[in-house]
Amino acid sequence: MNTLLMSSPHTHGGLSVSKVMWTVMLALTPATLFGFYVFGFPAIFLFLITCGSAVGFEALALKWSQKPVQFHIHDGSALLTGWLIALTLPPYAPWWIGVVGSFIAIMIGKQVYGGLGQNLFNPAMVARIALLISFPVEMTTWVSPHPLFEMGSPSFFESLHITFLGATFSDASTGATTLGYIKTELSRGIAMPEILKNTFSINELFWGKVSGSMGETSAFLILLGGIVMIFMGIITWHIPVAILVSLTICAGIAYGINPNKYPFVFYHLFGGAAMLGAFFIATDPVTSPISKMGQIVFGIGCGVLIFVIRSWAGYPEGVGFAVLLMNAMTPLLDRWLRPRVYGRSRKGDPLQYSNDAEK
Amino acid sequence: MKLFNIRGGVHPQERKDRSAHSPIESVPIPETLRIPVQQHIGNPAIPTIHIGEKVLKGQLIAHGQGMISAPIHAPTSGTISKIGNYHAPHPSGLPVLTITLKPDGEDQWIDLQPVENPFDLAPEEISKRVAAAGIVGMGGATFPSAVKLNLRKRYTLETLVINGAECEPYLTCDDRLMQEYTAQVLDGIRIMGYALGVKNIVIAIENNKPKAQQYLKLEAEKYNNIKVIGVPTRYPMGSEKHLVQTLTGLETPARALTADIGVVVHNVATAFAVHEALREGKPLVSRIVTISGGAMREAKNLRVLIGTPVQYLIDYCGGFDIEPDRLLLGGPMMGQMLPTTKVPIVKGSNGVLALTHAETHSTAAMPCIRCARCVNACPCGLLPLDMAAFTKVGDLDGATHSGLLDCILCGSCAYVCPSHIPLVQYFQYARGELVDRQRQQYQQDETKRLIVQRAERLEREAREKRERLAKQKAAKAAQAEANP
Repeated sequence: MNTLLMSSPHTHGGLSVSKVMWTVMLALTPATLFGFYVFGFPAIFLFLITCGSAVGFEALALKWSQKPVQFHIHDGSALLTGWLIALTLPPYAPWWIGVVGSFIAIMIGKQVYGGLGQNLFNPAMVARIALLISFPVEMTTWVSPHPLFEMGSPSFFESLHITFLGATFSDASTGATTLGYIKTELSRGIAMPEILKNTFSINELFWGKVSGSMGETSAFLILLGGIVMIFMGIITWHIPVAILVSLTICAGIAYGINPNKYPFVFYHLFGGAAMLGAFFIATDPVTSPISKMGQIVFGIGCGVLIFVIRSWAGYPEGVGFAVLLMNAMTPLLDRWLRPRVYGRSRKGDPLQYSNDAEK
Repeated sequence: MKLFNIRGGVHPQERKDRSAHSPIESVPIPETLRIPVQQHIGNPAIPTIHIGEKVLKGQLIAHGQGMISAPIHAPTSGTISKIGNYHAPHPSGLPVLTITLKPDGEDQWIDLQPVENPFDLAPEEISKRVAAAGIVGMGGATFPSAVKLNLRKRYTLETLVINGAECEPYLTCDDRLMQEYTAQVLDGIRIMGYALGVKNIVIAIENNKPKAQQYLKLEAEKYNNIKVIGVPTRYPMGSEKHLVQTLTGLETPARALTADIGVVVHNVATAFAVHEALREGKPLVSRIVTISGGAMREAKNLRVLIGTPVQYLIDYCGGFDIEPDRLLLGGPMMGQMLPTTKVPIVKGSNGVLALTHAETHSTAAMPCIRCARCVNACPCGLLPLDMAAFTKVGDLDGATHSGLLDCILCGSCAYVCPSHIPLVQYFQYARGELVDRQRQQYQQDETKRLIVQRAERLEREAREKRERLAKQKAAKAAQAEANP
């Protein structure tokens, strides 16, 4: 019998950190498998390298900080971070991109802050942005979809060359992402309707057989995973809905004002990392606000920033930057937007009833 | 009747089935009864008997002292064999003053003085009798009931709410009581309503007890000021302030009583005790206890004499099937771990639970991942994760600012925490520290006051001395002048 005295409660709902993490990974699985299918062996290799090195770095860091490695590694958080980084990488990127990304995320983004739960910024996004700024060529070289086992797709051994030896796949038609293409063509002074004719359709963006990061391309499968997570109670609707609605409103207004310069709303919603960001990145509990009100403001901030960065900044994609900027706001939001305490006014004073209210 | 939503809360697995269908059984008198003098909130009672004295069942053996206290009566007839320290039914297991009674097996009552019609008595007389019967809040809070019945003197009261929520998992003692002693419970409720002078009486029962609801509804039909209301099965529905909010939509202001919004809440078991005290003249010497939990061979609802050792009840239910992970007094959400099974059942003990590891899910704590499940589960709108984090680094002001003193310690936060952080443990600790700090502050202030007083006194004395000397000098000088 347990003789160590513990305070109540003496029962528990049964949820654990590792259950949360594994459910998130399960929700990511359809989009990930689809990414494997669309981009073939190089994507699979890069995924394995990134996840493996993330777990490796986590173990190393735990060992250095003299924490029980086995106990913490099983929580699945490092694997999830690695997984998320992999999904945001160009699928034909060389192996060291994945390793460096994992290093930045786990070591710099998470462990130097004190490990799980202590970091201010989303580790996966820290890695993605650091990689994007440090290695712009590798991080913006995209390929058109080359589904597994299809004619013209790289074979297993060719893929090993691509991932590990930096070979360029001869037949790989490089193809820009939709958002990237729009940005480049706009800068050449071409009108939006013309641009959109030469890139992927909204339909293709939604289902996901398009150029892009390994796991970001299928808006549909990510949405599906996100909805499953909401129904399983792993995340709440507040952040994703706030992001998607605010992004829709911004994009809708811009499109309404000047359709020659701004793409239709669906390009914003289904292109790039918007879906992945809304459901899987911004909802990271560690780096998002704790109150529902705070989460909604956080989501709106992300949505607006995504639109602003995509439309007027130097990068075609803004999810990573938007999330990091709002991460920096999280402590403030937590301070400002607290739930009202039972029996107290919003200001914190005890409630007062007039004599009529008693009757 | 329209019900109002409360914030947060959880829905723990109810696990009431094991004992919900076993009728209340009376337990044979054990060989020894250990009766602590502190079974209630307030001042401990003072023993009025001496060792070796023969007592009858219901005889006063310790009287209450001060405004908030309760007397204690002999649970059966027998001989007082010891008055001394014994394990308290409290996690600390620290000794408390305890009266040991050796029953003689006769179970012979003192002369009982039942009241023919309590409604002929003055309300003050009823609360006086309730106080004399040693009745305290039987839901577990153990606040002396008579004090609450006297609230009419200070507040305008509209409604008496009878708490039959029994929102703790496992516990079924109130449920069985309402089903088996429906008329008596209702009578007690009416007496309390009369004593309080309220217009309305609402009996609130969680919807997982349809039979209790049905029986009480049938019984209450005769009275048009009594309503039986089914409330949602949601923990912590039995929290007094949240139950009142569910029924009236009004929040009790912070640091105030429900009486401030015109409502007084009493437990159903208290109502039953009031009935027995008035109609039969019997003081509170027994209570109904649920014995349950996955490790217990049989689950039962027992009518137990106050002072019965927990081990005796465990034996009565066939002992353990498997080694329990935790042994509790009370429910799993707010109950306390038992330091030893030698401790006695007291007035506030509503359950003895032996939980298996599968039921406790106890496991090592992980770091907080700020998932905010605790924030969403908190029925008081607090930030449990911040309160724990501040406590961890010893910042009690920060913890207080995050809601430490508004916390009702219901444990909803810890129940949902995926990191299994013992949040309530932090809060209990922090509150203890706060009390310590206040005490220290008080001591410091007192010391400072004494030092200042002393300095003033010394100065005054010196001044007086100076003045006296000056006066003497002046007198001498005058004398010298007068007689040159």
